[in-house]
Amino acid sequence: MRKYDAIIIGAGHNGLTNGAYLAKAGLDVLVLERNSYIGGATVSRELHKDWTYSNCSYVCSLLRPEIVRDLELPRHGLQVVPYGGGVTFMQNGDHFGNYYDHQRQYREMARFSKRDANAYERYTANVQKQTRLIRPYLMRRPPDPTSLKLRDLKDLAEFASSFTSLGEEGLADTLKFWTKSVGDYLDEYFETDVIKAHLAGSGIIGTALGVYSPGTAYVLLHHYMGDVDGNVGSWGFARGGMGAVSSSLAKSYQSFGGEILCDADAERILVKNGRTVGVALKNGDEYYADVVVSNLDPKRTFLDVMDASDLPADVVKKAENFKIRGSSGKLNIALDGLPTFNGIPKGSPLSVGDMHFSDSLERLERAYDDWKGGTWSKDPYLDMLIPSQMDPTLAPPGKHMMTVFVQYAPPKIKGREWTDEDKAGFEKSVIDQIARYSPDFKDLILHCETRTPREIEAEVGLTEGNIFQGELTFDQLLFNRPFPGYAQYRGPVKGMYMCGSGTHPGGGVMAAPGANAAREILRDLNKTNTVPEGYADD
Amino acid sequence: MSNTHREQSDVMMLESPFHSRVKAANELNEWDCWAGYTTPTKYFDVELEYFAVRSTTGVFDLSPMNKYSITGPDAQAYLDRVMTRNISKINVDRVGYSVWCDDAGQVMDDGTIFRLAENEYRLCAYARAMDWLSWCAMGFDVNIEDVSDQVAALAVQGPTSCSCLKAMGLEGIENLKPFGIAHFDFDGEDLMVSRTGFTGDLGYELWITPHKAEAMWDALFSAGESYMIKPIGSLALELTRIETGFLQAGVDFVPAQDAVRLGRSRSPFELGLGWLVDMNKPVFNGKQALLREQREGSRYRFVILDVDGNKPAHNSFIYQGKGKVGTVTSAAWCPTAKSNVAFAQIEMPYGEVGDDLVAEIYYERELHWTRVMAPCKVIESAVFNPPRRRQTPAPAY
Repeated sequence: MRKYDAIIIGAGHNGLTNGAYLAKAGLDVLVLERNSYIGGATVSRELHKDWTYSNCSYVCSLLRPEIVRDLELPRHGLQVVPYGGGVTFMQNGDHFGNYYDHQRQYREMARFSKRDANAYERYTANVQKQTRLIRPYLMRRPPDPTSLKLRDLKDLAEFASSFTSLGEEGLADTLKFWTKSVGDYLDEYFETDVIKAHLAGSGIIGTALGVYSPGTAYVLLHHYMGDVDGNVGSWGFARGGMGAVSSSLAKSYQSFGGEILCDADAERILVKNGRTVGVALKNGDEYYADVVVSNLDPKRTFLDVMDASDLPADVVKKAENFKIRGSSGKLNIALDGLPTFNGIPKGSPLSVGDMHFSDSLERLERAYDDWKGGTWSKDPYLDMLIPSQMDPTLAPPGKHMMTVFVQYAPPKIKGREWTDEDKAGFEKSVIDQIARYSPDFKDLILHCETRTPREIEAEVGLTEGNIFQGELTFDQLLFNRPFPGYAQYRGPVKGMYMCGSGTHPGGGVMAAPGANAAREILRDLNKTNTVPEGYADD
Repeated sequence: MSNTHREQSDVMMLESPFHSRVKAANELNEWDCWAGYTTPTKYFDVELEYFAVRSTTGVFDLSPMNKYSITGPDAQAYLDRVMTRNISKINVDRVGYSVWCDDAGQVMDDGTIFRLAENEYRLCAYARAMDWLSWCAMGFDVNIEDVSDQVAALAVQGPTSCSCLKAMGLEGIENLKPFGIAHFDFDGEDLMVSRTGFTGDLGYELWITPHKAEAMWDALFSAGESYMIKPIGSLALELTRIETGFLQAGVDFVPAQDAVRLGRSRSPFELGLGWLVDMNKPVFNGKQALLREQREGSRYRFVILDVDGNKPAHNSFIYQGKGKVGTVTSAAWCPTAKSNVAFAQIEMPYGEVGDDLVAEIYYERELHWTRVMAPCKVIESAVFNPPRRRQTPAPAY
């Protein structure tokens, strides 16, 4: 088999981004993909004829604009259309509408509490202060606080200075965000349960923690730090589904000469004399390169495709201890028409955004209790969208595609594997939840793809189905992501690198880990850097 | 909830209680959004509307203004805690202008405090304040209510304003002193009139229950017809407030709560509002920080500049010699004072009264941009301050 300059395992958005920057620097690059299609968790799939599902990730905000522009993703077919609005339906028949227009949103909040409506302005300003602290570090490798290298010291000094420029209150808020629960954080601002519940969802998505678990406030922040066209905190739909992100990245990568091999399931990263030499596939084929980059999560990387005997013992231990717990599932539904929702008119701006059915923090916490008990939530938290209201490519005219992110779903049911009966029970809890607020919903279902952590792990490869490749808690962020000593994308074996969401700055369809890893690889190879700097916030 | 609110619960923008009349009068059909309300930027011509205020009477619908009712046995003690000025000096049926600060001594907003009765106040503010006001109420026996949509209000401003109101039947209105409050019967409802305004002219503000708003508008405009009463939009009001030296929250300073970047908010001293700070009060929000600022010095100075030439210094950088020392926050050519005024934030120690500075002005004529380095001088006070503003009884015109 021929030898490449670099081989990347996994054609997820980070693997493709990494490949694009290496290929742009002139390297001969091969991306290996286990599935017959690329994208990892960033895919558009036709699982019901004429319907396109974003069947894993489903909305877009974190994708770094520097990368979109630099890799010319719009030219390669990517268009991200921002959406606004959102609603939480309430058990008493009322609802909280999260209008896009600020004044209208104020008025809606004031319907519940004028104080909360006003406090939202304080909340927004304080959240913005924190996103401004983090955003400049998304397109950089995290500095190692124990390193005496000039580059690390310079970055640390800069970080310290932006930290102190927050002022005392802002600094205290930073610590709160990194350590507090989202529930406690929101309690500092709001008195209305449904407003808190609506906002709290972002703090638990993809995380096996409850709204009152410490550390969830950061997860909220993680969902606020992206932007669409400079509007920080804004979210959008990728036209054509999330697969548009990976396909545009793939085209960009291929335009630099990069190769992709599908149905190529990596068995082992080959190590000889303490350095990587290539990758062996399950089918016995071997591909050689001095640089091997893993887009897989840390557990899969170090406990699966690498041989423990090739690794330092502490890395194996750290990989075992790495927290990557499954917490969520997904329903993707083909609808015969647009469902009616109680209390809001059809075509309301509220229904274009994220819809939820948990109207109190109490209910969200109880949903988590079920997860702790080893079962799916009887009263689940849903993050539901119908992107076909804005994207004509997803379903035939008049028909719709619904994406339902579901939390919580444990990786195992009371310690045993999921069964098909469990999956059906999980699906029913979600469908029933929605149907309680939408009288015609059940009748409109033409097809439903249900994915528990079992399917997500089996099909996408994410351990336990954890969407972030590892929980976004402070103990697994910055220089601790995935583990201390290995947070700058370099693995424990020479020539081996990591580029997935298990590295800084973490999960979500951001592409920053892939780009940052490429920068380090090119540096090690003494190649000219092709990875752009982050845009500065003004 | 008022009727208006309920009926309008599904519309994107609210309409003021005067909307039917405002809409009929708005010849240009030009609208803006103010605090969620549809409001006119101008009715027929900004210049002529401005001169209505300065020569006859201009009427501005200020219903969207945020209004908070503060009542209870501790109302005065509470306001003394929140506000920088001494609230006990505001008697019943009097109005006081004040600012309030956060604990870092940074201005959250400015506004007017109406003392309606012994233990009853109303605060009118540009920024929304329910969160902060409620927060500060801990430990006080006080009730705070947002009454913004329960009160309709018109500012009636200009030399003939008193005559208009007299003709409307408000007997004895000429004897109302500046910052005084009087009550009249209007069609069986209480019509509260205060001698206040945002124009620096002789003028009044009329406060009434929303369901009498349209009738009051009709009565006012019919009575004022021979005194050349005209409605004015936000653009004309903007000219008058700059001419008379009034700050606008969100324009001349960032309300502290909204400031995301460290150092972007301002203290009362830095806004030229030190006269509103009563350090003799034992305690008020921000006092410690303001004492420290008095000891250690302010970062900025608010100045009014008299700018050479007739090009308004919008968004200009201000220089002292070659060094950039500040930026303009508001600017206008003032048609009555015939002066080119700019408000600026100047870094200390620059910008003392009498100092000569330079404003870098860019202006465009037929797509051609010109840059002017206009000399300007820091002046002591606003350029428009007519005696009629203070005279009681109010002069006929």
